[in-house]
Amino acid sequence: MPTSSHDDIHNPALLHHFATEEQQKDASNLGMWIFLATEVMFFGGLFCAYLIYRHWYFGDFGAASKSIDALLGGINTAVLICSSLTVVLAIWAAQTSRRAIMLVMLALTMLFGLTFLGIKGKEYKDKFEEHHVPGATFSFEKVPIPGHPDQYANPQHAQIFFALYFVMTGLHALHMVVGLGIFSWLFWAAWKGRFTPEYYTPLEIGGLYWHFVDIVWIYLFPLLYLIDRHP
Amino acid sequence: MHDHSKSSPLKTYFMVWGALLLGTFLTYEAALIDLGPFNPVVALAIATTKALLVALFFMHLKNASERLLKLVVASTIFFLMILLFLTMTDYISRPWTIAS
Repeated sequence: MPTSSHDDIHNPALLHHFATEEQQKDASNLGMWIFLATEVMFFGGLFCAYLIYRHWYFGDFGAASKSIDALLGGINTAVLICSSLTVVLAIWAAQTSRRAIMLVMLALTMLFGLTFLGIKGKEYKDKFEEHHVPGATFSFEKVPIPGHPDQYANPQHAQIFFALYFVMTGLHALHMVVGLGIFSWLFWAAWKGRFTPEYYTPLEIGGLYWHFVDIVWIYLFPLLYLIDRHP
Repeated sequence: MHDHSKSSPLKTYFMVWGALLLGTFLTYEAALIDLGPFNPVVALAIATTKALLVALFFMHLKNASERLLKLVVASTIFFLMILLFLTMTDYISRPWTIAS
């Protein structure tokens, strides 16, 4: 029996097809990063569509972007950044055997996630009331183009902006909902004492997903909310 | 136990958190100033800095030991750039495609 792996045999978290805990952890991480690569391409197609239409209809996009509450978007950015901090703190707590802190941080992450979705809901509600949702009741009449007070935005082009806005933020919000599901499970597993300083891979993998969703939002915020805001 | 990040990483985490909040504030403020064509440049530069901070420190890419993992991340960005950059060169250089 190779002496180097002797200790590992007694670790119940180490699956038999891995040589060491380190290798098992690296394999999980690599798998997650490859999944995130597919996610980048998934969102990338939408960002590409956004770039093309923004290039064509810049003025209309600026007018439509200005109708969204940028302060709410900014607050949501801060909320997500705070949630990313609580995720790394939860992992740190697992690494250093601080069970109570780990549970509190996981709960806070979910609370921030729900806050984000709540603010998002308020934003969507405003857009519904203003008839800015693409479809039969869409209305965007006589809205001046930023920097050109004498010109009105083309409602058809503004509708394309709002279609992209709803699909991109909606897909992002869907990822948040999935993330909340993942973190509910992580919380439950942490409660059951599944994570130790030797084994906390699910926390790390779930954290990678959460941070990725945060990064998507970091780009969505300036691109959708702050196109042409200056007076 | 894995001692990639000896001592306590807490200080780094809180500093990155502060930098991300500052970046959000700067993005918002910069959007209110007329920088002409540089408004989107500044916005994207700040966003990319923030994304890098999250990836390097929160997603622990900085301390990643696996070179294969770094290759995956680099190729992800490379293929995203092919998608965005090559598409846009086409659209920007062909004015006749603008639908009026």
